Amino acid sequence: MTDKRRMIIKQGLFEQNPVFMQALGMCPALATTTSAVNAIGMGVATTCVLVMSNVVISIIKKLIPEKVRIPAYIVVIASFVTMIDMLMHGFTYELWKTLGLFIPLIVVNCLILGRAESFASKNSTGLAFLDGLFMGMGFTGALFILGSVREILGNGSFFGMQFSEVKLFAFVLPPGAYLALGLLAAFFTFVSGRLSKSSKKND
Amino acid sequence: MEISRLFVIFLSAMLVNNFVLSRFLGICPFLGVSRKLDTATGMSLAVIFVMTVASVITWFLNQLLLLMDIPFMRTIVFILVIATLVQFIETVLKKVSPSLYEALGIYLPLITTNCAILGLAILNVQQEYTLMETIFHSIGAGAGFAIALIIFATIRERMDVYEMPESFKGLASALVTAGLLSMSFMGFQGLVRL
Repeated sequence: MTDKRRMIIKQGLFEQNPVFMQALGMCPALATTTSAVNAIGMGVATTCVLVMSNVVISIIKKLIPEKVRIPAYIVVIASFVTMIDMLMHGFTYELWKTLGLFIPLIVVNCLILGRAESFASKNSTGLAFLDGLFMGMGFTGALFILGSVREILGNGSFFGMQFSEVKLFAFVLPPGAYLALGLLAAFFTFVSGRLSKSSKKND
Repeated sequence: MEISRLFVIFLSAMLVNNFVLSRFLGICPFLGVSRKLDTATGMSLAVIFVMTVASVITWFLNQLLLLMDIPFMRTIVFILVIATLVQFIETVLKKVSPSLYEALGIYLPLITTNCAILGLAILNVQQEYTLMETIFHSIGAGAGFAIALIIFATIRERMDVYEMPESFKGLASALVTAGLLSMSFMGFQGLVRL
């Protein structure tokens, strides 16, 4: 049992990292990572929706008829997204304004529907909660790395603190998002390739 | 005046604020079905078609939601309508035009979770477009998606032949290519001012 838990945590954060390994949820990952703060905001909002939808779907999984399960999942996810949208409008207005369109678009984030279909509909509530939490944290982590890289290179600042006059402004603009994520993906493939090679040698 | 405004909306949705390359909507199909030119063409046609129909329907629905004073239901209603619509189009196409169904069929289910469709519907509402403006905006957005996807697919087809570092194969090289493409599309900025 604890083995399964450990596996869920490891998969969510690294082995099946939503952004770098599975290439899910790319739209918000590219669009909202102009700074580290925005990236974390988007990641946390997505994690909240993912955890809640995973829990609710795993509770009601036996009540949903097989044929209409996808629309049913979408309704559950959309309800939580609407709630998050309203909460963010009320409490974090500035962030809500910068993220804009991408808050309602959490509904169509393939990551959330994917976890509902492939995990929450088959597992117990506790495991679904854990899976949602760590998949969400993996997503947030990836967004945070990308957001930090773009903010440091593009604006010479980190969390809004200015430390450098060198500004490669292109990294804040749309092309920079693609370039930064592409280079990071190449880097992670390179590192994981090296790691698996060295672990094979040790065996 | 009216016509020139429609043209500006069309052009800006297609080139200046290209959905894929500058708004980051519809990345999943952009990366997913761009390996071959013919699948890319099929996907583009399906997207243009669904986008236009979906935004007209959601425009009317939004008027209804405003009339009933429940605009906060927008996200739920829109996504359900889009999902139903895609299913409906699939069924109708199968009956009416099997040849078209064969060409577009497999792309239709993928479109439900394509954020470009829902994003477009919400953008239309946010910009408070009239019905005519909505139609032009949707066709422009669809055409922009098609242009980006088809250019990208042709580049990727040729890229398969060349050698590159092991770690850049697949996703990484696709993203870097998309970055360069996006950079070239930035040249369109300043073409029109809305």
